[in-house]
Amino acid sequence: MHTAENSKYCKTHEWAYLEGDVATVGISEHAQQEIGDIVFVDLPKVGQQVTAGQNCCVIESVKSASEIYAPMSGEIVEVNEALNGDPALVNRSAHADGWLFKIKVSAPAEYEALLDLKAYQETI
Amino acid sequence: MTSESLKKTPLCEACQKAGGKMVDFHGWFLPVQFNSIIAEHKSVREKAGMFDVSHMGQVFVEGPEAWQFLQYINTNNIKNTPPCGTYSHITDEQGRIIDDAISFCLTPEKFLVVVNAACIEKDVAWFEKHAAKFNVKITNDSARWGMIALQGPEAIAQAEKLIAGVGQMPRFTIKEIELFGVKGYVTRTGYTGEDGVEIMLPEDNIVKVWDSLLQAGVAPCGLGARDVLRLEAGYLLNGVDAEGCQTPYEAGCGWVVKLTKEDFVGKAALEAQKTAGLKSRLTGFVLMAAGVPRSGCKILKDGAEIGYLTSGTYSPLFKGIGVGYAPTDLPEGAEVEIEVHGRKIPAQKVKTPFYKNRV
Repeated sequence: MHTAENSKYCKTHEWAYLEGDVATVGISEHAQQEIGDIVFVDLPKVGQQVTAGQNCCVIESVKSASEIYAPMSGEIVEVNEALNGDPALVNRSAHADGWLFKIKVSAPAEYEALLDLKAYQETI
Repeated sequence: MTSESLKKTPLCEACQKAGGKMVDFHGWFLPVQFNSIIAEHKSVREKAGMFDVSHMGQVFVEGPEAWQFLQYINTNNIKNTPPCGTYSHITDEQGRIIDDAISFCLTPEKFLVVVNAACIEKDVAWFEKHAAKFNVKITNDSARWGMIALQGPEAIAQAEKLIAGVGQMPRFTIKEIELFGVKGYVTRTGYTGEDGVEIMLPEDNIVKVWDSLLQAGVAPCGLGARDVLRLEAGYLLNGVDAEGCQTPYEAGCGWVVKLTKEDFVGKAALEAQKTAGLKSRLTGFVLMAAGVPRSGCKILKDGAEIGYLTSGTYSPLFKGIGVGYAPTDLPEGAEVEIEVHGRKIPAQKVKTPFYKNRV
């Protein structure tokens, strides 16, 4: 199960957790705090192809819209449907139940290029 | 962002101490939120919340022709009997909104005009320009005053603990007060759609009001919640909903234009517009599917662009709401689409205010 400690990070505040060839993606605890009350998550479509760094999801808070970038390349194979009814789950559980989507990755080596928790925390 | 270059209110430190997340708001260092915009919104709708509004401007207009002057620069009929306040628009010769402001009558020869923070310099220059024709003195006293808006169903009870008699004040009136040994003003006004007061005290004295209210359980609230509350209540945000090119009629505030009164700046243009009729007007929309509309989003009807939003937000009461300029012939209840991040979301034209205030 993904946690803050065992995940890898982008400088743009997404986390990824690779299990086999599927990466689960979410946003960091720091990012959810900065965004504030999350009221809507515009999730990507299952089957959509994404490349690392591509904007593929929007998180809306009362005050602002934040673009979420795919940490790795591949195909979206699952989205967190629970967020449609309860977007604030991302606020309450950014690293566990509030994950956003899963990517079947096409370039597993991209994972190594992501930051570990300590390196990410140094960027914020 | 360097906060060094930003203007600070006397409540800046108190806001930071209370956990305020500070932002640059038109050159002012102000809290956008404390804990949660949704929680702050709830406090104001259900109990009591307070806002640092010290950035707002206080302009005194004094002299034998103070009232005549205000009548000349305002579109509305300004009441000249104390302690009445009048909400009005100030327009240019073409009838375009320069600012919206409340003029409070302290005596028949002395008025306090409370103006928007972002408009202080522009308004004062405008006042000075037209004051030449009147026996009147204009004093921009904005820098001297701290101001708190205390709002919500429990606001009056909370205010009574500090200022006895507030509950007897009619809406839109002003009262001179002495609080913590200094003279100030309280007005029965606000920008949230709830009952409440706005308290003005000079300089750092306002901190004592903040601390007392905080201790009494009033929730500190930021600009984020304030924007949701005012949009729900159908209040115009000058500079955003009125972009400098619209008249009060176009901004949906025709009731502040009194064409029957003597000449005022913009009267001829407004008369002409009223006769000719309007093409577009500020209109309310509610999204019928999930999403958050924002300023600048396109309004589409049968695929064609018919207007744009000037304000939009997520309302805890009504979900996705917004106001924007749309053709006046668009009927009530009409179904349109609002384009948010490239997604066309079904929406409906509705009457504003979205929130019918209990005031």
